[in-house]
Amino acid sequence: MDRFVWTSGLLEINETLVIQQRGVRIYDGEEKIKFDAGTLLLSTHRLIWRDQKNHECCMAIPLSQIVFIEEQSAGIGKSAKIVVHLHPAPPNKELGPFQSCKNSYIKLSFKEHGQIEFYRRLSEEMTQRRWENMPVSQSFQTNRGPQPGRIRAVGIVGIERKLEEKRKETDKNISEAFEDLSKLMVKAKEMVELSKSIANKIKDKQGDITEDETIRFKSYLLSMGIANPVTRETYGSGTQYHMQLAKQLAGILQAPLEERGGIMSLTEVYCLVNRARGMELLSPEDLVNACKMLEALKLPLRLRVFDSGVMVIELQSHKEEEMVASALETVSEKGSLTSEEFAKLVGMSVLLAKERLLLAEKMGHLCRDDSVEGLRFYPNLFMTQS
Amino acid sequence: MAMSFEWPWQYCFPSFFTLQPNVDTRQKQLAAWCSLVLSFCRLHKQSSMTVMEAQESLLFNNMKLQWKLPAESIQIVLEELRKKGNLKWLDKNKSSFLIMWRRPEEWGTLIYQWVSRSGQNNSVFTLYELTNDEDTEDEKFPGQAEATLLRALQFWKSSFMSVFTSSSIMTMLSVTHHF
Repeated sequence: MDRFVWTSGLLEINETLVIQQRGVRIYDGEEKIKFDAGTLLLSTHRLIWRDQKNHECCMAIPLSQIVFIEEQSAGIGKSAKIVVHLHPAPPNKELGPFQSCKNSYIKLSFKEHGQIEFYRRLSEEMTQRRWENMPVSQSFQTNRGPQPGRIRAVGIVGIERKLEEKRKETDKNISEAFEDLSKLMVKAKEMVELSKSIANKIKDKQGDITEDETIRFKSYLLSMGIANPVTRETYGSGTQYHMQLAKQLAGILQAPLEERGGIMSLTEVYCLVNRARGMELLSPEDLVNACKMLEALKLPLRLRVFDSGVMVIELQSHKEEEMVASALETVSEKGSLTSEEFAKLVGMSVLLAKERLLLAEKMGHLCRDDSVEGLRFYPNLFMTQS
Repeated sequence: MAMSFEWPWQYCFPSFFTLQPNVDTRQKQLAAWCSLVLSFCRLHKQSSMTVMEAQESLLFNNMKLQWKLPAESIQIVLEELRKKGNLKWLDKNKSSFLIMWRRPEEWGTLIYQWVSRSGQNNSVFTLYELTNDEDTEDEKFPGQAEATLLRALQFWKSSFMSVFTSSSIMTMLSVTHHF
C-alpha cells in the first residue's frame, strides 16, 4: 500500500483514460483498509482510485510499479477481485496514504462487478506499456500545486512550449534508440574492411602466414558470412576444421540415423546438430563441407545427393537400392501411390519418400502418371507386361 | 471390315498418357504408341491426318477414363513414327501428315511378291490391276489410297520397276525381273 501517491486525479498530457469502474474497494494484502468505496480509473500510465464520497481523496500507482496481476473469481458473499503484485516503492516516491507496509500486493474488490473488462484492459495496458512511449513529467502533479521544474501550462504560449518539449523528447528517444544501431553499423563496417584486408593478405602472401592462422582467419570469415577467398574446388581436400567436424558429426548422428531408418535429409541433420550444439552454431556451408568429407575419411556415414538435388546423410550400411525393392512391393499392393500416400504408409518424411519412389522409377521398377491431380507411381508394366 | 478396334492394354494404363522420364521405359512406351497409331489408322483406313484431328481423336484421348496424351507428347510420338519411316509431313508447318502403316519398302516387297506370283514379270500392268486383283489377299492392296501406293512405288522404281503416268489417268507399271 505504500506505493500509492496522492494525486489530483487529473490526467497528464499524453495520458489517456482507458476504463473506469465504480464500487471498488482496496485491500492491503489480505486486510481491509479504510478505502472501501471508490472509483477505480485505469489510464495509460496509472491506476487511480478516487473515494466516491470524498473526491479530494484520490491516489494513484504508476503502472510501471506493477509486476503482474491475477484474477480472483467471486465466491459466496465475496466479490470478484484483481490481485495486483507490486515492485518495491522507489526511494524518491512522493507522499501517499501509507509510508510503509509489509505487503507487496494489493487487492481490488469489485463490489459492483466490472472486474472482467477491467482486468482485460489492465492486462492490455501492461502488455502494451504505453507509458514508456509517451513520457509524462517525472512527478505527477499532487494537489499541492505545480512542482518546480515543470513547464507551466499557461495560455497558448504554454501549449506551444509543451508541444515543443514533447517533440524534443520524442526526438531524443528516437536518436537514443538508433544510436546503438549506428554504432554497430560503424563497427560492422570496420570489421568488414578488416576482414577484406586480411583476406587479401592471405591471398597475396600465402607463405608468410601459418596454416593454423589461415584456418582461424578463414573460419572467422566464414562465421561472418564472408566467402572464403581461397576456394577449394575438390571434394577430397578440406581444412582441418572440416575434418574434425566430420568426425564429430559421425559421432552425433549415428544414433539418430539408426532411429530414422538409416537416412536423413541434410536439413534435418542441420537442425539436429545445431540444436545439440546450442552455442557456436554451424553454418550450412560448414555442414555441407564437413559432410563431403565423410566418405573420404572412411566414417560410417556418407553424404548422398539425389538427382533432384536433395542431399541426405545415410549410414554406410543403408542400402537405398534395396529399400526400392520393398517400395515396389508396397506400390504393387496398393495399385498405385503418390509420394504423400507412400510416406504415410511407410512412416517416412514426404521428401525422402519421393526420393525413394524417384529412385525406383530411375531403376525401371516404377513408372509415373503425371496429371493435374498430382504425381502418382505405378509398377512399371511397360517392362513387365509384354 | 466390320472388326471393331481392340485397344491394347496400355490404353487403359494411366502411365501410358504421361511421357516417361526413364529412357528404357520411354522406349517401350513410344513403341507401344507407334504400333497403336499404325493399327488404328490401318483399321480406319486412314492414311493421312492433320495434327488437330490427331489431338481430338480417340487415339490420343481415352474418353471413357478421361485421359489425354498432351500435345507435346503427341508430337514426340509422331516424330518417332517419322524416324521409323511410317510418317511423312505433308507441309512445312507440320500441321498434317501421311501415315503409312506399311513402310514403302514393305510395299515394295509385297508388290514384288505379287508380281512374281501372278507372273507379271517383265510386263506392264496398271495400278488398277494391282489394287483390284481378286487374287490379292484382302488386307494388302485394296482400298489403299493411291497416294500411298504410288509413294511406295516411287521408292522402288529405280530398283526394279518403272512407273509411267499417262495423261489418260491410268498409271502403268513395268516390272523387270530383278535377278
